[in-house]
Amino acid sequence: MQFSRRDAPFVTPSQSVPVIMQQVLFALIPAALAHVWYFGFGFVLNLLVAAIFCAAGEYFMLRLRKRAIEQFLYDYSAMVTAALIAFALPSLTPWWVTATASLFAIVVAKHLYGGLGFNIFNPAMAGYVVVLVAFPLDLNLWTAPRMGDLDYHYLTFSEIARYTLTGTFPDYLSFDAISRATPLDSVKSGLVGMQTFQELQTLPMMGDFGGRGWEWIGNFTAMGGGWLLLRKIIRWQIPLGVFAGLLLPAGIMYLLQPGIHASPGFYLFSGGTILCAFFIATDPVSAATSDRGRLVYGFGIGFLIYAIRRWGSYADGVAFAVLLMNMATPAIDYLTRPRIVGHVKDERKT
Amino acid sequence: MSAPTYDLGKLHGGLRLPAEKRLATNQSIQLLPLPEQLFLPLSQHVGDAAQPIVNIGERVLKGQLIAETDSSLSAPIHASSSGKVIAIEPWPVARRYGNRAPCIVIECDGDDKPIDAMESVAGYESLTPDDLLLQIMRGGIVGLGGAVFPTAQKLMAAISGPLDYLILNGVECEPYISCDDMLMRERAEEVIRGAQILMHALQLSKCYVVTESDKPEAIRSLGEAMGKIADDRLILKQVPTIYPSGGEDQLVQLVTNLEVPSGGLPTDVGCVVQNVGTAAAIHRWINLGEPLISRITTITGDGISNPLNVSARLGTRVADAVEFAGGYTDRANQLVVGGPMTGKSVTTDDIPLVKATNCILVLSETPDIGPEMPCIRCGECSAVCPIQLLPQQLFWYACADDEKQLRKHGLTDCIECGCCDLVCPSHIPLTADFRQAKARMLEMADEKARAERARRRFESRNERLAADKQQREEELANQKRQAKSIGSAEIQAMLDRSKEKKEDD
Repeated sequence: MQFSRRDAPFVTPSQSVPVIMQQVLFALIPAALAHVWYFGFGFVLNLLVAAIFCAAGEYFMLRLRKRAIEQFLYDYSAMVTAALIAFALPSLTPWWVTATASLFAIVVAKHLYGGLGFNIFNPAMAGYVVVLVAFPLDLNLWTAPRMGDLDYHYLTFSEIARYTLTGTFPDYLSFDAISRATPLDSVKSGLVGMQTFQELQTLPMMGDFGGRGWEWIGNFTAMGGGWLLLRKIIRWQIPLGVFAGLLLPAGIMYLLQPGIHASPGFYLFSGGTILCAFFIATDPVSAATSDRGRLVYGFGIGFLIYAIRRWGSYADGVAFAVLLMNMATPAIDYLTRPRIVGHVKDERKT
Repeated sequence: MSAPTYDLGKLHGGLRLPAEKRLATNQSIQLLPLPEQLFLPLSQHVGDAAQPIVNIGERVLKGQLIAETDSSLSAPIHASSSGKVIAIEPWPVARRYGNRAPCIVIECDGDDKPIDAMESVAGYESLTPDDLLLQIMRGGIVGLGGAVFPTAQKLMAAISGPLDYLILNGVECEPYISCDDMLMRERAEEVIRGAQILMHALQLSKCYVVTESDKPEAIRSLGEAMGKIADDRLILKQVPTIYPSGGEDQLVQLVTNLEVPSGGLPTDVGCVVQNVGTAAAIHRWINLGEPLISRITTITGDGISNPLNVSARLGTRVADAVEFAGGYTDRANQLVVGGPMTGKSVTTDDIPLVKATNCILVLSETPDIGPEMPCIRCGECSAVCPIQLLPQQLFWYACADDEKQLRKHGLTDCIECGCCDLVCPSHIPLTADFRQAKARMLEMADEKARAERARRRFESRNERLAADKQQREEELANQKRQAKSIGSAEIQAMLDRSKEKKEDD
């Protein structure tokens, strides 16, 4: 009898890239629902636009690079990028802004660097930063979270759709009437304007820790993140590093001068911190790869988020923090190599 | 009897694999019937092949020495049954990719008549360790865990340094394989008696008999045998069931909490590791006079109708053994010699069962898991690596053929356990890639060595030429000096003589 031949091991792997990406998308569902609840259907439209343009960019680049289209189009990695872009953008974003971010993410940040597995920068954050710089005004249009505010006009679906498609409001609405500063913006300008953090906390937009609504989106995001941890799709080092890197300096500063610094809880539950810790910084391709390296990488991101929020000119800073640490990844990987079993510690330096 | 103890070192990573062992452990070890022909490869061990000392047509008896060693690293071969030598020729063997190798082919006469001189050594305790080691060597004993390193040579190397422990490896961590488990269940006493011989040979007074937590029957019967023999130098130890805890260095790390240094041996941390099967084989040779002519082999997998463990004569064809195990099922597609993690895939079942064959695994077709994807650097591979390597980085450097970085990242420390392959979501055949990279590295080292030899030859030639030249110059100078020291009158006389000579002509 003749037998077929293979190399050991003869046990088939249990995990696959498409399944990992699907599970990441699945874990984002609670956060997406919370986002839609607080900021309306704009998120869904953004997600749709981002998904279409990410898929189109992926298809186009795979054809151009003569890669197996079936294999890579269905690895769902472009959909994860699309989802992260949708989370980063305000729920009211004209479609061309979303499209620009998506195409830049996929075409430039991902495929021009060699496609899946070879991109140095987190594609979603690269795309987001490009539109943040190119369309600063559009990215400032956050609506108020749904909190039953009687004075505020919560947009209807058709008003949101109109804005997404045309970038304009009906005559009875104006940019100023709709636009609301985010809690990060308000606290930042408030502190600069010599108000104390304790005064700022009494603003109606503030919740228990972060902004109202925002902190619940954070909770739902963390739920999905916890599920990813349980499923071992992500490991704990990066989230812990991000939280530690943000909370340690924030905590120390707050303890020293509680008036002029925002509380660590505020930073934790505001903006994209939690999304970053579980879903953005954990993108394996652009992150450090050893356990210790991931702690360092996460800590660096957390620290940079704090530094940008506290002293930089951007209110959130997650995207910049991630991109900056992406640059440091090769060095971190090299310097944090674990000691190989059977080697003495100093040997690896030779 | 001593109770199993748990104070253990730590192993990084590893995997909890589905054991798949029950397939073959629900019946006792069966004696495989004598086949019509036996195929005994001359090289069933690490080191040089044995040299045949029988002729074609010669009759041999069971246990008779048919190939002996003439090198320092080799092991003799004995006839597994009585019969006639009908050929000494190349035959397929279980090397990677099933090459052929010279084998002694014996046509069995069915009498299974043992050689008269299968004498047992009366009381090994009276022998010096050196004599005992020589005796072990004569039995053709090699490591039966799969590495088949000649046992006597391993022990000889070990006693040259200070030793603390003998570790008997009953940790059969690879899925499907259960030959050691069954051996410990049914012949625990042989294992323990073998351990006593080993301790005498090594002059050691402490031996850990180690097995895995998922082998309660083996632990029970080992405990009973130890209670019966009542030797308080032996300690039964249990390790968690994690692959690859049965690797030699990994086991030392688990039992002693000491790391075997890179490129070193367990003896560097005072340990000698022997497989339980090897210990039993030593007992059978030293106490009962039976050289290594049979072993226990697991025949299993979903391609086998009636999976079981057999006690097989060495040289039995795999096809014969499979027939005894009820033949192949319809799903049989791959034939693996060894376990599913580190075994070798072969194309034909004509190959014989040899000293190394702990398992014959017949598997159905591998399910299609889709094409290989690029590495996404998820790091799962480094999380499971028992050596704490970074396979994702090694893979990168292997693709780039960057020898310096491969060395730096410990490619040569890789034990090829296959854990990284199993967790890779991109389905990259990492272990196979590393195996290739290692081979390439050896090749390059070989080329370097050849270039170095050529360079040295060239340099020594230059030196030789230079020395010759110097010698010639010195001789010339000597002659000149001599000429100068001779007076002018004598020169004149010489000239005259030569003139006369010319005139004579």
